[in-house]
Amino acid sequence: MSEVKFSKEHEWIKLDGDTATIGITQHATEMLGDIVFVELPEIGASVAKDGNAGVVESTKAASDIYTPVSGEIIENNQSIVDDPAKVNADPENEAWFFKLKITNKSEMDSLMNKEEYEKFSKESGN
Amino acid sequence: MNNKKTALYNLHEKKGAKFVPFAGYEMPIQYSEGIIQEHKYTRSNVGLFDVSHMGQLFIKNENELTEDLEKIFPLDLKSISLNQSKYSFLMNEEACIYDDLIITKIKDGYNVILNAACKNEDFEIIKKLLDNKYEMTLNSSLSLIAVQGPKAAAILKDMIKGTENLSFMNGNFFRYLGENIYITRSGYTGEDGFEISISNNKVEELAENLLLKGAKLIGLGARDTLRLEAGLCLYGHDLDIKTTPIEANLNWAISKKRLIAGGFIGFDKINSQINTGTRRLRVGITPMDRIIAREKTKIFNKGNEIIGEITSGTFGPSVQKPIALGYVDSKFSVLDTEVFLEVRGKKYSARICKLPFYKKSYVKGANK
Repeated sequence: MSEVKFSKEHEWIKLDGDTATIGITQHATEMLGDIVFVELPEIGASVAKDGNAGVVESTKAASDIYTPVSGEIIENNQSIVDDPAKVNADPENEAWFFKLKITNKSEMDSLMNKEEYEKFSKESGN
Repeated sequence: MNNKKTALYNLHEKKGAKFVPFAGYEMPIQYSEGIIQEHKYTRSNVGLFDVSHMGQLFIKNENELTEDLEKIFPLDLKSISLNQSKYSFLMNEEACIYDDLIITKIKDGYNVILNAACKNEDFEIIKKLLDNKYEMTLNSSLSLIAVQGPKAAAILKDMIKGTENLSFMNGNFFRYLGENIYITRSGYTGEDGFEISISNNKVEELAENLLLKGAKLIGLGARDTLRLEAGLCLYGHDLDIKTTPIEANLNWAISKKRLIAGGFIGFDKINSQINTGTRRLRVGITPMDRIIAREKTKIFNKGNEIIGEITSGTFGPSVQKPIALGYVDSKFSVLDTEVFLEVRGKKYSARICKLPFYKKSYVKGANK
């Protein structure tokens, strides 16, 4: 299994062969607060790097979810639609958002590793 | 931008508050446990809210104060008893609402609790309407805290004897920390509770003592979900200067007696709206799906025509479903009418529903 990478929009991505699993980071959930609604992209949909790929709503506000890489959605995690609180409980494991078949693996190169992401999220303060 | 801080700012910070600017103040939106936990704790136990940003206006009794106030507020102030509180609103001639408020008859005058964002303008409006005849103070040396929840009466009684005997929407002075503090049985969460006015230099000690008794600090985030579940209006959202109390379905707050005799600002408009109806009305709305319709969400009828707009919407942690308040064309205000809410370009079915979303548990007649 490859290393987990992170985007500036606070998504994490794990690549396994051609399949990327994508979710939002612990840091993102802390900023958002209690998540009460999740909307996921439909299976079969094509999504482009940095494009819209779902929505989360906390008690406070709605936030868009972006995909850090391009591809075709092959799976989405209905369990977080049914129980959005799971996203707060375990954002970087059980509460993944969707899986996609990656079209261009080189898009992974521009993403941050864990160390870089931690530094980024601390410095940006958001 | 230099926002003001309340006297409890340091305590909020110590308890892990996330601050947001609100009406010129740095206010806690939530603490470390988050909005849902805070909300549920208030419903099951007791929450402590810092509402010191709200205006505490005192108008000193002289001359014809009660009569003069009756020219402003649609209340039967002559008949209310000493220490009784009433919900009301400050209106213009067109019966449009400058602010909603709680007015209490106290020994030497009246006490009016005003919204933070409106308090300074309210002060000027009221002063002008009273022809500058009375001594008026917007007292910033006092803090205001709300203690809300089913255990509020029990913990407060342990600290301040006699508070348990207050009836809902009644107040009195109590002795605490060497001071006379004013406590009313009231709140804005749909729970039994109290609002306590105490000087800025004593409020932290009072708050710490309440926390020791088991109260938890609750931020503005949960205050909003609590009041919305209780179907209560938030000024600047569900009420504003383009809205009348009749449109807002707040007829209950207008004294029946005053509606016969009139003689208050906005009476003509209110009277005509009661008789002929209004074009739009405030209603409760429940989305059928798990979607949240936020403020400004457009409301449609079956024929795809816009019939209104959401003014507050959230996910209700106690009712476990999305809830909203909004205004619709009056013919669509009938209970169970199907409407459609446009969220992110898609239309979702919703129903007009009864308010409150969450059943209130106020203590009406405590033992006197």
